[in-house]
Amino acid sequence: MSTPAVHTPAQGTGATSGPRASRRPSPRLSLHSPPALRRIPPGVWFVAPFIVLYLVFLLTPIALGLVTSFFNTSLAGGTGDFVGLGNYRELLADDAVASSAANTLRFTLYSTPLLIVVALVMALLTHRNMPARWLFRLAYFMPFLVPVTVVTMIWTWLLGTDFGLINGMLDGIGLGPVNWLGEPAAAMTSVVMVTVWWTVGFNYLLYLAALQGIPEELYEASSIDGANAWQQLFRITLPLLRRTTGLILVLQLIASLKVFDQIYLLTSGGPNFSTRPILEYIYDVGFTGLRIGYSSAISYAFFLVILVIALIQLRLFSRKEGSA
Amino acid sequence: MMSAPTVPLDTPRPTGDGRLPSPPRLFTPRLGRVCIWVAAALIAFVWLLPMLWALATSVKPEAETTAYPPEWTASRFTGEAYRQVLSQGDLVVWFLNSTIVAVAVTVITVITSAWAAYAFARLPFRGRNALYALTIAGIIVPANVLVVPLFQQMRIMGMVDTYWGIILPQVVAPAMVFILKKFFEAVPRELEDAAQMDGAGRGRIFWMIVMPLCRPILAAVSIFVFIGAWNNFFWPFIVTSDPDLMTLPVGLANVQNAFGVRYAQLMAAAVLAALPLVLIFLFFQRQIVRGVATAGLGGN
Repeated sequence: MSTPAVHTPAQGTGATSGPRASRRPSPRLSLHSPPALRRIPPGVWFVAPFIVLYLVFLLTPIALGLVTSFFNTSLAGGTGDFVGLGNYRELLADDAVASSAANTLRFTLYSTPLLIVVALVMALLTHRNMPARWLFRLAYFMPFLVPVTVVTMIWTWLLGTDFGLINGMLDGIGLGPVNWLGEPAAAMTSVVMVTVWWTVGFNYLLYLAALQGIPEELYEASSIDGANAWQQLFRITLPLLRRTTGLILVLQLIASLKVFDQIYLLTSGGPNFSTRPILEYIYDVGFTGLRIGYSSAISYAFFLVILVIALIQLRLFSRKEGSA
Repeated sequence: MMSAPTVPLDTPRPTGDGRLPSPPRLFTPRLGRVCIWVAAALIAFVWLLPMLWALATSVKPEAETTAYPPEWTASRFTGEAYRQVLSQGDLVVWFLNSTIVAVAVTVITVITSAWAAYAFARLPFRGRNALYALTIAGIIVPANVLVVPLFQQMRIMGMVDTYWGIILPQVVAPAMVFILKKFFEAVPRELEDAAQMDGAGRGRIFWMIVMPLCRPILAAVSIFVFIGAWNNFFWPFIVTSDPDLMTLPVGLANVQNAFGVRYAQLMAAAVLAALPLVLIFLFFQRQIVRGVATAGLGGN
């Protein structure tokens, strides 16, 4: 790394002696600022904008959500009345909470293994140099760059019952038309399929980065010892990818539990609520049903569940610090 | 898998075909390499298929889009669908809105995070450790889940249906502070000390020394934040109802039905909306790959 050009006006020779930092006024303050402000250490000024944004846009909603969850607040206006744990009692008995949470869970259960295995296979296939590798990498990763609405527009067209390309191809090999988005089991399959297509590229790049971190010598040494490709895969590569897999697993779990966008846009949670995830139910209760209080209570319960999983992530995350 | 160690006769030696500058990692005979290539190509084909189909549909005359069984090419190529979509004007407005939002989110996120990270790395003050602990705790907060209270708060603050209402809730990135702090700590302290002795203030040191030295990581995280903001659907969808303020993903979701059965136009709009980031990817491939690798550590 080259030394950056530092433009330093040759000024007061006395600047090199004595305590350095304390003499300089904070860079963000003019000489006209009152002395009390000037005594605030520069670090405070550097942190302040971030901390203010953090307090207002991250911490305040957390607090507001908790408070609101004890009221029967309506979006139509007014704080409403204090209902204690009433909202929480209601959600425990609410079938729609149970079924939409189950949908989210089913989605997570189906999509997570696929998003790990497909990404791993893609990375293993393309981490060595080969003709057209750049094109393969582009093809795998590109969908991740596409806005979700574009993804669902394209797939709605592909999955169309009457003129869709996929049913057209199925027809070509003699399989009957499938009502991809209009029938419960098929709809969940479609949602998972679209999600894998759209987001697998992110995990693929994580695996690719991890593969590049495996020292060449391990493979050379084992080749000399006569290990074949499969042995190298199962004895060297996969064990060394275990930590990356753990990280991807947790990231993926959290992302999948928060699923909303692609399901809302593909099926609107249908048919007959069979794909509606918990986040969409929270949205329905809050913005369609206008019951902000109850909606906040469901959010909060859900928030705590994800927080527990995120704590596991933090542990993995801090163990990984060194290799950033 | 416990076969006796085979002594490879055609051991992986850098062959003269120039395609393998470094020694191959896995021992695979030629046939194995061909199989791997074919598998990789097949997956790539499947992954590209939806986009190719969208592209093919978008250049067909509207009447021929619903031919069954599906045909890849129509009687003629036409840019009619693109012309129609662009002349309606909304797409251009949403494109500009997305650009404004994504640029603002990126600039505010990166600068405020970098300032904070620099203070946490280099500028001690009373209470700093407590604030840093608070920041770290923020990494695990699943922000999207609290969208209902956040919306309520935006209403109280009068920020519903405003640019700031879309932008500001997206700029708090504790994970980025954490990542940047690590990089700032790695900047040699001597450089900063020398500049300080020459009379540079903290702000100057930050902008003239620390930021330039960390340019690669800053580029990576910036592009990553930009992509996230450009593609963000959920929050802008919640906080905007005014079509003039909608970002591209939200606007498209609203007109999806308006296009009805005009599939060529629908796909032309999809292609146009997908294009900017695909182009950005082609230009900034390295930074994006690095950004993903870094973001993976911090959650996204």
